[in-house]
Amino acid sequence: MIAMKTLYLLVPLAPLAGALAAGLFGRAIGRRGAHTVTILGVLIAFLASCAILVDVLHGNSFNGAVYTWATSGETRFEIGFLIDRLSALMIVVVSFVSLMVHVYTIGYMADDPGYQRFFSYIALFTFSMLMLVMANNFLQLFFGWEAVGLVSYLLIGFWYTRPSATYANLKAFIVNRVGDFGFLLGIALVLAHFGTLDYAGVFSQAPGQAGATLELLPGSHWLLLTVICLCLFVGAMGKSAQFPLHVWLPDSMEGPTPISALIHAATMVTAGIFMVARMSPLYELSQTALSVVMVVGAITALFMALIAVTQFDIKRVIAYSTLSQLGYMTVALGASAYAAGIFHLMTHAFFKAVLFLGAGSVIIALHHEQDMRRMGGLRKYMPVTYATVLVGALANAGLPPFAGFFSKDAILEAVHASQLPGAGFAYLALLAAVFVGGVYTFRLVFYAFHGETRVDPHVLEHLRESPWVVTLPLVLLAIPSLASGWWLGKVVFGNYFGSSIEVLPVHAGIAELAAEYHGLWSFMLHGLAGLPFWLALAGAALAWYLYTVRTDLPKRIAVAFGPLYALVEGKYGFDELYSWLFAGGARVLGKGLWRGGDQTVIDGVVVNGSARVVGWVASVVRLFQSGLIYQYAVSMLVGVVLLTYWFLRS
Amino acid sequence: MTDSMLSGSFAPVLPEIFLLAAACVLLIADLFVKSERRTASYVLAQLILLGCALLTALVSTYSLRRPVYAFGGLFVGDQMANLLKLMAYLATAMALAYSREYLLDRKLLKGEFLALLLFALLGIMVLVSANSFITLYLGLELLSLCLYALVALNRDSAASTEAAMKYFVLGALASGLLLYGMSMIYGATGTLTISEVAQHVAKLSGNAAQRPFLVFGLVFLMAGIAFKLGLVPFHMWIPDVYQGAPTAVTLVIGSAPKLAAFAMAMRLLVNGLLELAVDWQQMLVILAVLSMALGNLAAIAQVNLKRMLAYSTIAHMGFMLLGLLSGVVGGNWRNAADAYAAAMYYTIVYVLMALGAFGVLLLLSRAGFECETLEDMKGLNRRSPWYAFVMLVLMFSLAGIPPTAGFYAKLAVLSAAVSAGQVWLAVLAVILALVGAFYYLRVVKLMYFDEPADTTPIAGSGEMRLVLSANGLALLVLGIVPQPLMALCFAAIKAL
Repeated sequence: MIAMKTLYLLVPLAPLAGALAAGLFGRAIGRRGAHTVTILGVLIAFLASCAILVDVLHGNSFNGAVYTWATSGETRFEIGFLIDRLSALMIVVVSFVSLMVHVYTIGYMADDPGYQRFFSYIALFTFSMLMLVMANNFLQLFFGWEAVGLVSYLLIGFWYTRPSATYANLKAFIVNRVGDFGFLLGIALVLAHFGTLDYAGVFSQAPGQAGATLELLPGSHWLLLTVICLCLFVGAMGKSAQFPLHVWLPDSMEGPTPISALIHAATMVTAGIFMVARMSPLYELSQTALSVVMVVGAITALFMALIAVTQFDIKRVIAYSTLSQLGYMTVALGASAYAAGIFHLMTHAFFKAVLFLGAGSVIIALHHEQDMRRMGGLRKYMPVTYATVLVGALANAGLPPFAGFFSKDAILEAVHASQLPGAGFAYLALLAAVFVGGVYTFRLVFYAFHGETRVDPHVLEHLRESPWVVTLPLVLLAIPSLASGWWLGKVVFGNYFGSSIEVLPVHAGIAELAAEYHGLWSFMLHGLAGLPFWLALAGAALAWYLYTVRTDLPKRIAVAFGPLYALVEGKYGFDELYSWLFAGGARVLGKGLWRGGDQTVIDGVVVNGSARVVGWVASVVRLFQSGLIYQYAVSMLVGVVLLTYWFLRS
Repeated sequence: MTDSMLSGSFAPVLPEIFLLAAACVLLIADLFVKSERRTASYVLAQLILLGCALLTALVSTYSLRRPVYAFGGLFVGDQMANLLKLMAYLATAMALAYSREYLLDRKLLKGEFLALLLFALLGIMVLVSANSFITLYLGLELLSLCLYALVALNRDSAASTEAAMKYFVLGALASGLLLYGMSMIYGATGTLTISEVAQHVAKLSGNAAQRPFLVFGLVFLMAGIAFKLGLVPFHMWIPDVYQGAPTAVTLVIGSAPKLAAFAMAMRLLVNGLLELAVDWQQMLVILAVLSMALGNLAAIAQVNLKRMLAYSTIAHMGFMLLGLLSGVVGGNWRNAADAYAAAMYYTIVYVLMALGAFGVLLLLSRAGFECETLEDMKGLNRRSPWYAFVMLVLMFSLAGIPPTAGFYAKLAVLSAAVSAGQVWLAVLAVILALVGAFYYLRVVKLMYFDEPADTTPIAGSGEMRLVLSANGLALLVLGIVPQPLMALCFAAIKAL
């Protein structure tokens, strides 16, 4: 037990040590030193995570405090770990992708002056993410939640001299603040009504609170758990970039590509998904919350996929694809198919990391060119990158036998089986998204890697495959992008998660599917006969036709659908709406508060007023503090007399 | 009266007996020390403190579960006494380390200083272990007389002698008030033993005819306690004495005696007169509000750091009262242990903060130069980043900014006050603490953002630098890991 506890501690602390060493002593240990210590730290975390997963698979679990920070009345604020099958799977995924990204960064950031700083940040991110995942209480969850947000902010603005980068990191931070506000409210409600922040304590009380209501406005009663779950989900919407808080994720592509892969595709943005899955005992008790979750996810999945078709920046295409995939996971949560959601989270972490890192490989080979209109025909020059991106694309589009097929199909089946209000809409939206997904994924592949090259001839002269530190992680990530889906039977339809995820019998669509599940082959054959497969294939075929055969068509389509196309390309105008409404509104409010609040109340009354009070008190004190003993004595006696009078009056 | 009280055991008094003998030895031995630095005497004094600590640790194993009495119940050895004594040794040892160089520079490091310091400590020890009005008074007078003499240590300084005179006269008056209060309680209960007083008061307090006597006595006891803690309106001596005394002596007055004053309040009010809690808690509310308001507001107007810290003491002791006055709510003692433990924690942390703050002043002073105005703190960061940081931690802790111990101490007493239903008082305390933050942060601003007026390198002996650094770090550590000390305080209160 002691040995396991040490292992648990090692998982977050090894990357933290690496981050501190690279961050505080970066100049002293140099570039090589910085990447050695951080990679070593993450490697240790990865190995420890694997050992923990093996241990957990043997049926062990752990839930306990490691350190008590403070006790306030009955409430204890602790750092503790909950190690079960859910968190063990997550830490393996997080540390593996992080390790790959660390290695990849050696090549990607080779010429960057902020090399050590970058390594310090990504190791710090790994620490925060692991703390978030391993938390056994809401406080630590919130700490990890904010810490990953902070590191994300730092990394989006990594090239802080670029105005677009600082704009993007502010945007990410502020939009996440909106989400975190809801999250914090949710946590506060939990503390207020359950009296504890421990998961175990809250979950055990949850069924008893199922009927409790809360009067939000006079006369309007809400189920307590619905309010809590919706508040928490607002946090998840911010972090996992769900509609309508999705606007920050595409802009976050201003950051270096390795972090787009690690933070904005594989791990941090999935924190919201993980959180909801973790809170399944609460969500299960609120049908309203589940419906909301499902509908929000479905909207995100379809409408973000549509935007991806109109983008030309290779990273933005993948970013919108990420949004769409996160939508799938959210829908899965809403359909109570938490296992399918987490499974898709895992496969997505691999194949989206491949796509991003592959795009990064292209971007550095072309000297920081991100526009797909100036790519094309790259497959001859960069065969390894091409092959791995193709694997990622096949998985992303959901074609068998690649990982994405299995996880996506499981979600579709689960939604199909769901009886909740909104499930019908969600199913249709997801089907449409599958088709659009086929289009945008293969649009990227054909645009960038096939056809005539449109690369600048000067660049083309030196164009060659990226170094091994870049291609090795690509290959290592491509393997699970293909193979990780084959665990479907075990993770989703087997009882892998056991007690770490709770599904009420009424919502047990996935259990019914499990009964019909007869092995990987039959699932695949069944899938080949199903609608989603043909939709994805049709999308891919359309992309092939439009972007290799009739390359003039896309423009004509865009012209033909003029206003509609402009709406989608303009991302439905959310950016403009938000900057007008919130930024503009905040400016008006700020001006009002400055004039009315700051100048009149704060400067006038509080600042100058308190200065006057202090001056007055000082003058009175000076009057009494005369230095004369008899006056002091009189003061004491007056005190005694007054006290006597006061207490003997009655 | 229990059997253990009658069967006089000397065990709990061992540290006091040892200290008395050892201090006499030191006084004589010092006559033969020729060296100007008095290293031998100094080391001997520190060793005596170490011996006391070992003895107290040994004794505390006897009184772990229940109090042990000596001299027929006049003297008690319990957890609270042991913990406070250990803290007093620590404070005295630190005071010795800090003041040595300062006193050397001023030719004040004589055997008398060491002996007076140890006798004052003996007074503290007797006071915290008192289970009788007589013992309590004995300890108080021993402590006070030593402090009067210490204030006048530099007899050629007019300011010091004037301060000592004021302290003495006002202290005598306060002692008189205290004794008068004791005599009233004695008159009503017929006993001087504190634990017996508690039993009698429990019987008498329901009696409408007797109660006024008790409350009348209580007011006078309260005057004595308030004088010792320096609460408004019994605070007048504090600014003058703090400023007038040599800084090394101010350090002594501002540290360990606060522990004694806390113990005095606990012994008299909690051990003796808990039945009258309704009355004395109200008195404490008045004193706390006045002290926090006057202390914090007046401190802002000070330019002399010693005077500023004097007003800060007044405010802090007022804040500490929030714990003491939250123990009993409507005859219900459920929160009592939490509340008193919070007050005890606050007192211990305050002593560490006061030691550190005056320690920095001593570090920056040198022969012919007294560091005592705000001007002298200017640009400390340029002169010594590390000690500027230590001072920063001290100021943050005094202001109650997390993650320092001062924050946790404030949090603990505030939560005690809130769970006692004194929400308005807690809100007021927070507002006044916020006002107080101004003058602490002003010191930080001066250290970091102003140009140094004086660029003399910082002297100070190795041990002083070491202890001062440890002092600053301890306040950080106690803020991050407050539980162990809090648990000790809680256990000490629980065992009362």
